[in-house]
Amino acid sequence: MSRLILRALTVALDGREVVHGVSAEVSSGEWLAVIGPNGAGKSTMLRAAAGLLRHGGTVEIDGVPVSGLSPRARARRVAYAPQVPAMPPGMTVVDYVLLGRTPYLGYLAREGRRDREVAASVLDRLDLGAVTGRQLGALSGGEQQRVVLARALAQQADVLLLDEPTTALDIGHQQQVLELLDRLRLDDGLTVISSLHDLTVAGQYADALLLLVDGRAVATGRPADVLTEATVSTHYGAAVQVSTGEDGRPLVHLVRRS
Amino acid sequence: MSDQPAPALPRPTGLRWYWLLGAVAVLVAATIVGLVVGAVDLAPQRVLAALLDRLPLVAVDSGLTPVQESVLFELRLPRVLIAAVVGGALALAGASYQGVFRNPLADPYLLGAAAGAGLGATIVLVYAPGMTVGGAGVVPAAAFAGAICGVGLAYGLGATTGRSGGTATLLLAGIAVASFLTAVQTFVLQSRTEALQRVYSWILGQLGAASWSDLGLVLPYVLISTGTLLLHGRLLDVLAVGDDEAASLGIRAQRVRLTVLVAASLATASAVAVSGLIGFVGIVVPHIVRRLTAGSYRVVLPLSLLGGAAFLVLADVVARTAIAPAELPIGVVTAFVGAPFFAALLWISRRAIA
Repeated sequence: MSRLILRALTVALDGREVVHGVSAEVSSGEWLAVIGPNGAGKSTMLRAAAGLLRHGGTVEIDGVPVSGLSPRARARRVAYAPQVPAMPPGMTVVDYVLLGRTPYLGYLAREGRRDREVAASVLDRLDLGAVTGRQLGALSGGEQQRVVLARALAQQADVLLLDEPTTALDIGHQQQVLELLDRLRLDDGLTVISSLHDLTVAGQYADALLLLVDGRAVATGRPADVLTEATVSTHYGAAVQVSTGEDGRPLVHLVRRS
Repeated sequence: MSDQPAPALPRPTGLRWYWLLGAVAVLVAATIVGLVVGAVDLAPQRVLAALLDRLPLVAVDSGLTPVQESVLFELRLPRVLIAAVVGGALALAGASYQGVFRNPLADPYLLGAAAGAGLGATIVLVYAPGMTVGGAGVVPAAAFAGAICGVGLAYGLGATTGRSGGTATLLLAGIAVASFLTAVQTFVLQSRTEALQRVYSWILGQLGAASWSDLGLVLPYVLISTGTLLLHGRLLDVLAVGDDEAASLGIRAQRVRLTVLVAASLATASAVAVSGLIGFVGIVVPHIVRRLTAGSYRVVLPLSLLGGAAFLVLADVVARTAIAPAELPIGVVTAFVGAPFFAALLWISRRAIA
């Protein structure tokens, strides 16, 4: 059970402020999607929330400021996967997933039975049992994405910060990863924040959206409230039509201009 | 009664006993060849007997003449051991540099260790040839100090100019420092061309003057640095996913990198101090190990240590027998023999380099 709160998160890169006082609250089992045009600061905001960037404001988990935790203690609460994770081609899937156990190992310790059990159960849950011995370079894009997720889960953190977890995946694999993530956060009560560039996808899966434009949160709320034709047209400069699906979630369609 | 088998736990890549056994066997074989072959050929069984005889509580008659005994213990044994120590240290340092920089082309001389050592040795060879302190030559100490200063300069420059503590700035700083020190060395040499021959032969690497005192000089540093590096295999594997992700896993990437760099540079400086600049070992041996075994640094580090030792012992055998009674510079042998061997290996095992 973890409640993640961002309070007035501010990040400067090279002396230039790129995220301006963003606040958000995500409860256990909830999924917040950060959307916004290119260069809005989505990745920067996630990296700061993960404690990887110096930032102003606070990131709190259950009332405890993350900045006060040691790197190891923080890594046990928050798992982070970047948009383009480094995947050493010669590393095996098992070794990669076991990296997720790093926060539980002493400086010079090696993985024990418990760590291998966690890795085994995660690999099993993500249907990766058949590829455990394979090298990362020999995996398909969909498998790689699931392996990254497996590493994050092996961390057994209750907060998952995922930067564009479905980039470079075709629509079928996208759906597979998103469904998986949806099931995991509900089953385990994980707190998920992910950036998603596809507005319909974000509207379908997230409980709440945060629209980030030029480093500011210009709209926050339920998908149907954030994804309106007017909002998208104002902030993306795109002509879209928004319809409502059977479950009441918005569907965003691009409309040809000429 | 349930006889459902427990699900097999996935096994992380680790040092398999047969890899270790193989590497040790190769090193032992190389050592025996190194002791037996030379200007005076010694019978292998006699060499073994003589070695056993030196063990406490063992008395074996080796049948070696006193002259042969002194060849074995005063010339060959220290030389073979120094070759092993230097080769092991260079290969292990090379593998560690490759891990720290996440670059398969990194070698132990990358950060100015070679240029610093070269300058240190050159200054002594030019201005104070034959100078000794307490009976020991000054060249090793000067080379050692030069190597440490070179790396220190590069690191200092990289750390103060780098923005996010990445490795790119450090690499550039290493290149800048190396060029600068090499320029100074060239300037010094230019002013005293009569020392050219001595400096040149030092740069090409030599183990001909190897003695027990040289071994004693560097062994403590080699042991400390080697031990430190061998303990960092898993952490180098974590660094392989990049600083950001390593940090998100709770690792202080900068601190790990600094520790490994200091230890690897100490190993390199020790090796350079007694052997001059021997190229190729630090870059090729780790790759051979990766090709034959696995990409994990838990495997690559210990096997590079053993493989590098064996490689240099054998290279030294070639160096002192190929054009006997003259000797080839060992740096020439490592490249001349090593490069085709490496090319052949690349050809035979066309797996992707990790």
